[in-house]
Amino acid sequence: MSLATYTGVLDLTAGAFLLAAVLIVWRRELRSIVHLLAWQGVALAAIPLTEGLYEGNPGPVIVGLVVLVLRAGVLPVLLLRAVGTADAERRESTPLVNTTSSLLITAALTMLAYAVTRPIIALDQAAATRAVPAAFAVILIALFVMVSRRRALSQAVGFLMLDNGITATAFLITGGVPLIVELGASMDVLFAVFVLGLLTGHMRRAFGGTDLDQLRELRD
Amino acid sequence: MSYLLLVPILAPLVAAGLAALLGWRRLTAYVTLAAAFAVLLSGAILVHRVESGAVFAVGHLLRADSLTVTMLLVMGTVGTLATWASVGYIDAELRDGHTDRAGAHLYAVLLPLFLAAMALAVVANNIGVMWVAIEATTVATAFLVGHRRTRAAFEAAWKYVVICSVGIALALLGTVLLYFVSLHAGASSAHALDIDTLLNNAAQLDPDVTRLAAGLLLLGYGAKAGLVPFHTWLADAHSQAPAPVSALMSGVLLSVAFASLLRVKSVVDLTLGTGFLRAGLLVVGLLTVLIAASLLVVQTDFKRMLAYSSMENMGLVAIAAAAGTKLAIAALLLHVLAHGIGKSLVFLAAGQLQAAHDSTAISAVTGVLTRSRLVGVAFAVGLAVLIGLPPFAMFASELSIARALAGANLGWVLGATLLLLTIAFASLVRNGSRMLLGPPQPDAPTIALPGTVAAAMVTGIILSLALGLSAGPLTALFQSAATQLGASS
Repeated sequence: MSLATYTGVLDLTAGAFLLAAVLIVWRRELRSIVHLLAWQGVALAAIPLTEGLYEGNPGPVIVGLVVLVLRAGVLPVLLLRAVGTADAERRESTPLVNTTSSLLITAALTMLAYAVTRPIIALDQAAATRAVPAAFAVILIALFVMVSRRRALSQAVGFLMLDNGITATAFLITGGVPLIVELGASMDVLFAVFVLGLLTGHMRRAFGGTDLDQLRELRD
Repeated sequence: MSYLLLVPILAPLVAAGLAALLGWRRLTAYVTLAAAFAVLLSGAILVHRVESGAVFAVGHLLRADSLTVTMLLVMGTVGTLATWASVGYIDAELRDGHTDRAGAHLYAVLLPLFLAAMALAVVANNIGVMWVAIEATTVATAFLVGHRRTRAAFEAAWKYVVICSVGIALALLGTVLLYFVSLHAGASSAHALDIDTLLNNAAQLDPDVTRLAAGLLLLGYGAKAGLVPFHTWLADAHSQAPAPVSALMSGVLLSVAFASLLRVKSVVDLTLGTGFLRAGLLVVGLLTVLIAASLLVVQTDFKRMLAYSSMENMGLVAIAAAAGTKLAIAALLLHVLAHGIGKSLVFLAAGQLQAAHDSTAISAVTGVLTRSRLVGVAFAVGLAVLIGLPPFAMFASELSIARALAGANLGWVLGATLLLLTIAFASLVRNGSRMLLGPPQPDAPTIALPGTVAAAMVTGIILSLALGLSAGPLTALFQSAATQLGASS
């Protein structure tokens, strides 16, 4: 793979990664949000795969395959199983911020990501590092999704998107954190999603829904 | 001897494995107690070994210095009290129908797993592994918080997992950025996140990216330590968790998370100077104390009252860390230990009061001292520790923190903190005296007190008194920790 191809593929991947986040902000159907999250997982896995193939190094390729199975397979399936069967459950309820404003905020957050990541790019001019604003934008968009969505499942999606953004940052600027940390972090995320899935099920049985507006028993 | 560092992780893991096989039984409950005591013992044996510097084990994977040992002692002491009290507490919950065999089984497995994760967080040499361990505590405690399976318990568990996971994710991003600058400072990828490597290379780290990383790490570990702005999970989780778990979360988990922050601070201060994190810790600490004090004033629920008292104390600890002198850091560590024991006492007492009244409303509970001598005394002593009355240790630690703030030219911080602490003090005294001394209602239920909970309470009262009268060899340990963390004199 030539340098130009490598850079091109990497930029395309980072673009697709960010695009998936923007589409998640745009869409309201819970099922399609989860599908988009799976596509984002594919784009995420493509980063170490591309790096591994370019450098002829099997390590990142293996990590990429593990990420592909986990982020594009296991985690979205876990989430899909948590999506309620009742029709009313399948859509995000009335959002706190309407779609137009959400997309404008997303654009602003993407610009903010470019500003925040300037010291990182100043330290390292590599092609991969220059794509890091896309990963930071996804992190900021994920935080926005978490504060503006009212369904338990959308929040879980926001959390996974946040984690995708952090993992992408690690791949882009350092070629991935040491294996022991990567494995530990993946296990933690898997368990956290598992716990959230179980809690969603319990809450649905206890309250008959997963609208977080109903979570108002505990407050001061 | 280096294998001693494995004991605090392996002993609770063995207990968890046994509990997974056998379920909730006397045997598994006491093995968990023995595991918690093993954590305490390994900490006690290590006290003198770490005086002259950090010791390593299992290659460079584990590392212990005086801060590690201090945290092991806190964890061992509170863990012993909490696991001891768990025996009678869970038996009573089973009898009253608040939980079933499956729930007790889950409790028996998750409690030692929680201990193992916290132990790994303090003995890990790699700050990435430290992060994994801290996040693992969230996963392990989620179902401990939701143990009662009520609507409120699930709500608390959900908020806890979501808010803490998001907060701690920011710390992961900070860790990734530290890894990036550490690689650029010439570290090998296998050791770039090791605490000793980071400390050695701190001067070569890129300051701009380190600043970004430090801010994220402060927010992230601050979330787990109950600091602003991700503090909103704390009162819900602490008030819904079973009493022994509340004691561990409040007395140990918050300070373990804060110890991670102290680790990060020791590296970042070498790169950026003390100014950057001092400013951050001051803002976060003062806001946390402000919010805790305001919510203490209007509080009508005694478990939430205790939770906000934890926030108040963690805010104070953050302010002490901002002062950053040897005096301040040593006082902070004494504060953390005394707070852990005092909080165990009040939470264990609160658990018995909740069981008797089936309510956590302050207005529902009066005249505890005349109705149950031991529960009343435990609650009173714990409260006296927490509000910093002499002869208890937090009187000494708060005095030292005040002196350190004055010495670090932070007089305005001292003034603001004292004002807020006074407000919190008044609220705790008002509510506490009402619960303890108010005229008992004629139809007040009897307060049951299982033998193991009583034993844990008596031990806690003795320890509080002993620590207040003399910190003994611990004083040297705390000072050694402050020196090893690079505190200025």
